[in-house]
Amino acid sequence: MSERNITLDVLRYRPEIDDQPVWQTYSVPCQEDWVVLDALNYVKDNLDRTLSYRWSCHMAVCGSCAMVINDNPILSCKAFLRDLPDHIRVEPLENFPIERDLVVVLDDFMDKLKSVKPFLVPKEPLTQGTYDQSSTQLKKYKPFSMCINCLACYSVCPQCGLNDDFAGPAALALAHRYNADSRDQGRSVREDVVASNTGIWECTFVGACSEVCPKNVDPAAAIQQMKIASTMDYFKDLVIFKSRAKPTQGEDS
Amino acid sequence: MARSNKPIVWGLFAAGGTASAFVAPALIFVLGLAVPFGLFSPSDLAYDRVYSVVSHPLGRFVLFGYITVCLWHAAHRTRTTVHDLGIRNDRATLRVSYSAAGLGTVLAGAFLTLI
Amino acid sequence: MSNRPYVRPMGTTWWVSKAHYIRYMIRELTCLFVGLQALVLLIGLYRLSQGREAFDEFLATLWGPAGQMMSALILLMLVIHSASWFNLTPKAMPLWIGDKKVPGWMITGAHYGGWAVVSAVIVCLVGGRW
Repeated sequence: MSERNITLDVLRYRPEIDDQPVWQTYSVPCQEDWVVLDALNYVKDNLDRTLSYRWSCHMAVCGSCAMVINDNPILSCKAFLRDLPDHIRVEPLENFPIERDLVVVLDDFMDKLKSVKPFLVPKEPLTQGTYDQSSTQLKKYKPFSMCINCLACYSVCPQCGLNDDFAGPAALALAHRYNADSRDQGRSVREDVVASNTGIWECTFVGACSEVCPKNVDPAAAIQQMKIASTMDYFKDLVIFKSRAKPTQGEDS
Repeated sequence: MARSNKPIVWGLFAAGGTASAFVAPALIFVLGLAVPFGLFSPSDLAYDRVYSVVSHPLGRFVLFGYITVCLWHAAHRTRTTVHDLGIRNDRATLRVSYSAAGLGTVLAGAFLTLI
Repeated sequence: MSNRPYVRPMGTTWWVSKAHYIRYMIRELTCLFVGLQALVLLIGLYRLSQGREAFDEFLATLWGPAGQMMSALILLMLVIHSASWFNLTPKAMPLWIGDKKVPGWMITGAHYGGWAVVSAVIVCLVGGRW
């Protein structure tokens, strides 16, 4: 297999020696069929052991290795060199604080994910038997369940950059995944986060999130669907003034 | 976290966006371009003709609704776009844009009542 | 926990960096022209309420060269608004028939069709041709 010499420009940040991120260039002999992750691994194994980055499965299912490659947020294990020029810029995901090199701080996101109560909240838990669900019912929410939390969507969402508190595409898509699940009755307990000013209403339907999602989750669609549902709920409550009986809260993980 | 009150203005935004998407291009064409381009005669928009349509109760109602949702569509989207473009004081922006829409709504109601 | 995390500033020109963002900005700015179109109607109503002469003057201004340019620009931006609105509708309102999801292009196409019908009705109503 033929080799290709790739120039990798990586945005480094070592808090103990850098005041701000700096670019570092590596010349990497690559195989034709490599992905950017392979090039990074070559750098770490042979050129610079200090380079830090997250990765795990190397097959686009774990979501660990997302980074901005030539201005595009993508899983580095899915960024094929054959689709890229000889000069490749690699940066950490946008809209997250940089921990070190290509590693970003994810604590905020973890909190946001938990806040949408991403688990089934039935009206009354079954004491025996199973929750039945047809394949048609499954189809309604299945795409939204495919999220691997890679956070490419957060990187590309301008509202995530402009508003630190915005729950963000992945968290909201996950909320919708549960709201749309026929076994779930928990929409009202999620609304406090989803329908707040830092939930769906922060979204302006830029749509870039859905474009970059490696799993075709379509978070933009999820959020717009929740906007319509929330608006109808809001006006229904206004007109009917009923107090909804809240279903069992479920356990906080 | 409290539920947002944005559904009110978002509902107006969505209504305005939908109504204007279907109606506005043809409307601006027949009002502003068809006559100068020679496709219609000026008499098609003569005072008497327009007056009879606008003064009809249905005409008043439809026009009031249409103008209102269009104004609120513009106001809400302007508010969010201004924020996108870097003016972070959302409170101030919303006051300005929604006041303008509110004023337009009141004026539309006033004119349609006077006619 | 984090040692000394670095936060990169966002700036105000983030939207010029990607074609997608520029298209988004243009789409958002079409709202100004929706507002402008409503304003034209509002002014028209005002002049109508003032009587025949006032309304005729309004039309004369609207149909003058500056008015034509304004109308043409508004029309262009409104067409962009309509197209972008219809293209996004299937995402916000997916349609299921049985266990099949109606393809997005059908929903969008139906909206374009409706747009054509509504436009034809408006043109015929004003132009007096049935």
